[in-house]
Amino acid sequence: MVFFFQNLVNALQWGSFYALIALGYSMVYGILMLFNFAHGDIFMVGAYIGFGVATGLTMLAAAGTLAIPNWMILVLTIIISMFLTSFVGILVERVGYRPLRDAPRASAAITGLMIGIMLETGNLILLGAQRVRFPTLIDSATYNIGGVFVTNKKIMIVIVSIGLMIALHQFVQRTKYGMAMRAMAFDYVVIPLMGVPINLIAAMTFAIGSALAAAAGILFGVAYPVLDPYMGIVFGWKAFVAAILGGRGSILGATLAGFLLGFIEIFVAMIFPSTLRDLIAYSIILVILAVRPHGFFGEPYSAKLRL
Amino acid sequence: MRRAGIVLLTCFVVCLFCSSGVWAKSKVIKIGINAPMTGDIPKVGEGTKYAAQMWLEDVNAAGGIKVGDKRFPVELVIEDNEAKAESAVKANTKMITNEEVLAIVGPQSSKQAVPAGDVANNWKTPMISPWSTNPDTTMDREYVFRGCFLDPFQGPVVANFITEEFGYAKAAVLYDVASDYPKGLAEFFKKAWEDLHGKGSVVAYESFTTKDADFSSQLTKIIRSGAEVLFAPQYYNEIALIVQQAHELGWKNPIVGSDSWGSAETVKLCGKECYGLFFSTHYAAAGATGATKDFIDRYNKKYGYIPDDVGALTWDSLRIVQKAIEDCGSLTGNIEKDRKCVRDALAKIKEFDGITGKMTFTEDGDPIKCAVIVRISDKGEYEFYKSVCP
Repeated sequence: MVFFFQNLVNALQWGSFYALIALGYSMVYGILMLFNFAHGDIFMVGAYIGFGVATGLTMLAAAGTLAIPNWMILVLTIIISMFLTSFVGILVERVGYRPLRDAPRASAAITGLMIGIMLETGNLILLGAQRVRFPTLIDSATYNIGGVFVTNKKIMIVIVSIGLMIALHQFVQRTKYGMAMRAMAFDYVVIPLMGVPINLIAAMTFAIGSALAAAAGILFGVAYPVLDPYMGIVFGWKAFVAAILGGRGSILGATLAGFLLGFIEIFVAMIFPSTLRDLIAYSIILVILAVRPHGFFGEPYSAKLRL
Repeated sequence: MRRAGIVLLTCFVVCLFCSSGVWAKSKVIKIGINAPMTGDIPKVGEGTKYAAQMWLEDVNAAGGIKVGDKRFPVELVIEDNEAKAESAVKANTKMITNEEVLAIVGPQSSKQAVPAGDVANNWKTPMISPWSTNPDTTMDREYVFRGCFLDPFQGPVVANFITEEFGYAKAAVLYDVASDYPKGLAEFFKKAWEDLHGKGSVVAYESFTTKDADFSSQLTKIIRSGAEVLFAPQYYNEIALIVQQAHELGWKNPIVGSDSWGSAETVKLCGKECYGLFFSTHYAAAGATGATKDFIDRYNKKYGYIPDDVGALTWDSLRIVQKAIEDCGSLTGNIEKDRKCVRDALAKIKEFDGITGKMTFTEDGDPIKCAVIVRISDKGEYEFYKSVCP
């Protein structure tokens, strides 16, 4: 039982990352019908921006210019990096996707791959192949709850992730811009006629998705403090799986599917030899998709789809 | 046809030597150095060259290598292999046929040492690779030797060390199933551990794939298995994550590694989490004593930094070659015969006292030597802890 709960805790942390990144995929896919394959690399860029901001703030704090405790630095790092990374997202949309909005979908998907490679190699040139260590901002404290080991980092990661997801949900459901996003997902052609600025909404979608990816990147840096320029690739693919599994454009779906993916990966490794982890985990997903081809909350093909 | 060509060419070259008697006239012993001076790993080439130059100074200060009752001056022929396999082959061919070297030291990496060893063996020229750990380098090659231990040897070394040092009987292994080195080493360790403690004593044998960052489910399994020690033959980027996550999941026992931990990056990425852990490697600079310390100090004074394992192993390899030439008794002047003589002397070397440990060659040309166990000190330095012999 202890073993089960320990894995549950592990899976919650791991699933948080998938969920946060899947949200970005899902939003862009839902609203613009684009596979933004650069999203995994935006996650990487977010982590590196977080690394830069955290290092800078730590230095300022150490020099005495900024008298703030470490946890404050972490909060500031998350906020500043989310802000900065959202501009990376806007730039990607402006340069990579807007010119191709009426192009075949495949071309836009290729753009994503190319931008991803550009971000990876750009980082490689800028910082070199050397891996960097994310600064330690909160001292790790481990709590032993009846044999289950939980760290303060794990708790923080899960709480911050879920908090961000709720905030996003509120934004999309309750604000005017949120409504515009939902409307755009509903019908791309009619919306401009209603006076909705689609370029603004598209940029905003990318900005929010990238900000979430940046948050995921920093939380990742806190939990797994070794960053390298290629860290986003496989992670991005898997989060993409979660986004599709959740259903097109569904925030709740992407969140749940992200956590589910984390759970499947962790529990498969718990029961079967760990060598077979990905093989079995993704076979399970294949079966789920075979039963529900539109994901958990996706709707079958209808007038909404413009493909 | 090609083989016949080589044989013919060999005969031709041999006849040239016999008739002209180049060797008898020059009376200089030439030692070839095949090293990556440029390319991906120039630092390795630099270490090789510096160690070789230090050795040459020593030898020439003594008036050359003493063979029988005569002293022969020594000359180094340094060829760049650009860290490429084909260039290493070319360099070896050139040194053997044009420069008429008596023996070759290098290449360092297995990637170059494996093909270059073939050339040396075909031309019957003794070659010793200081750093190559791949079994194929010396396998079935009479004329090829190496200066370091092999991957299959490190498994038993670590297993023995853990058993003696901590007295544990249950071990766990965590390794990258998609990478050759960790996978091989994990298997060798498992076998050695089960030979020591019986079947089923490796209570958890867990793997992951390259680029994974989360090892929590594997580590949870390892902790539940009741393992007393964890062996992780990984590279520096994964070590930092494995060690930290293990500690966060409540693992308090030792985590032991292999020579892949030896990079300075390990401590940089891992920080305090890694202090106090052990790994096996070729040599340790901090805490060295005797001849090893003398070597390190001299090198440091001359070139301004602490030599890594390549420098130390090159130094030892050159001294082994020197010993073999001395043991030869006399040089006939016939390069073919002299090479054979040096090769036979190399194979006969027993208990050679090198700065990286005592060595005796097996039939395959691999040394039986002790490995060094390094402890990561509380300052993050790699400290000599003890040497473990097979």
